[in-house]
Amino acid sequence: MSEHSDFEAGSYVGADRAPGRPDERTLAQEVRGYLLGLGLAALLTIASFWSLQTREIYASGIAMALLVLAVAQIGIHLVFFLHITTDPDNENNILALAFGVLIVCLIVFGSLWVMLHLNHNLMPMDKLMQMQR
Amino acid sequence: MSTPTLRLAHEPALAPAGIAPGQVSGHGAGGPAPKRIIVGYGFWIFLLSDVIMFSAFFAAYAVLFKSTAGGPTAHELFDLRNTAAETACLLLSTFTCGMASLAVGHRSLKWTQLALLLTGLLGFAFIVLEIREFASFVARGAGPGRSAFLSSFFTLVGCHGIHVSVALLWLGTMMAQFYAKGFRQDIRHRFLCFSLFWHALDIIWVAIFNLVYLVGVLPPELLP
Repeated sequence: MSEHSDFEAGSYVGADRAPGRPDERTLAQEVRGYLLGLGLAALLTIASFWSLQTREIYASGIAMALLVLAVAQIGIHLVFFLHITTDPDNENNILALAFGVLIVCLIVFGSLWVMLHLNHNLMPMDKLMQMQR
Repeated sequence: MSTPTLRLAHEPALAPAGIAPGQVSGHGAGGPAPKRIIVGYGFWIFLLSDVIMFSAFFAAYAVLFKSTAGGPTAHELFDLRNTAAETACLLLSTFTCGMASLAVGHRSLKWTQLALLLTGLLGFAFIVLEIREFASFVARGAGPGRSAFLSSFFTLVGCHGIHVSVALLWLGTMMAQFYAKGFRQDIRHRFLCFSLFWHALDIIWVAIFNLVYLVGVLPPELLP
């Protein structure tokens, strides 16, 4: 096996692929892929900033819209820059990612859920201070 | 140069019946995966653990968001023009980092160094903008000690800034290694890890600018 072979087409021993590695494509196609990713990410970024100024979105829904836009842009980055796709060669990377997403959701939503309920059930701080006096 | 690490010594290079050696495909049929795959997968696992650490900081920030202790709120502090400039820097740098991986794939030292240099400059501009923002907050009496909200803000955004700074150091050593040692296999593996790290940092920034800065400047009555 030559020194350079692991980057060349058809040199794989197995069919697994590492994250961050594009398919075997021509340079122009690869550049086009990155440009497409950049364009989509820029569009979503502009949409996020635009959503603060517009009156098109129901005001109370803006925070939720920003969350959705963030998740969408993260998806774009994963596909176009980290090359995490749904093809079978990416199975290991996808499974690890799915587990990571599960833990992230547990930590963030679990903390918020528990802490907001605690806030709700506890006496407000100023009343508590008055009782101490 | 042979790569003995690709296959364990005690494991014969057997291909399943009916498939010629070297043309095997499918899952587990081809023996141990190439080292590049393993390096990338291992670093991907590390990145996910890093993301989980950030998620804990995000959770702390979300919980403490309203605990301003009478100090300045996010609505009063954040300057979105600065955030937009930082976002543009990081998004462009993630693109130039992608260009650098293409240049490495095509063995072009000139383009690799150029793309890496651009990536580094954009990353440096991001750090400068962030430090200026932090300094202006501290000058206005809104340092990390002012309230629980500001503590969690500086921890979350500062931790991302430290990651970018470390990545800049890493980027400098990658440029030096490509210059001194060329496109050797182990150097390319290190570069693969670096590019994954850089793209992951941009992903974390996407969450920060949307959920910290943009949600933060919403009027309080619009927040859930």
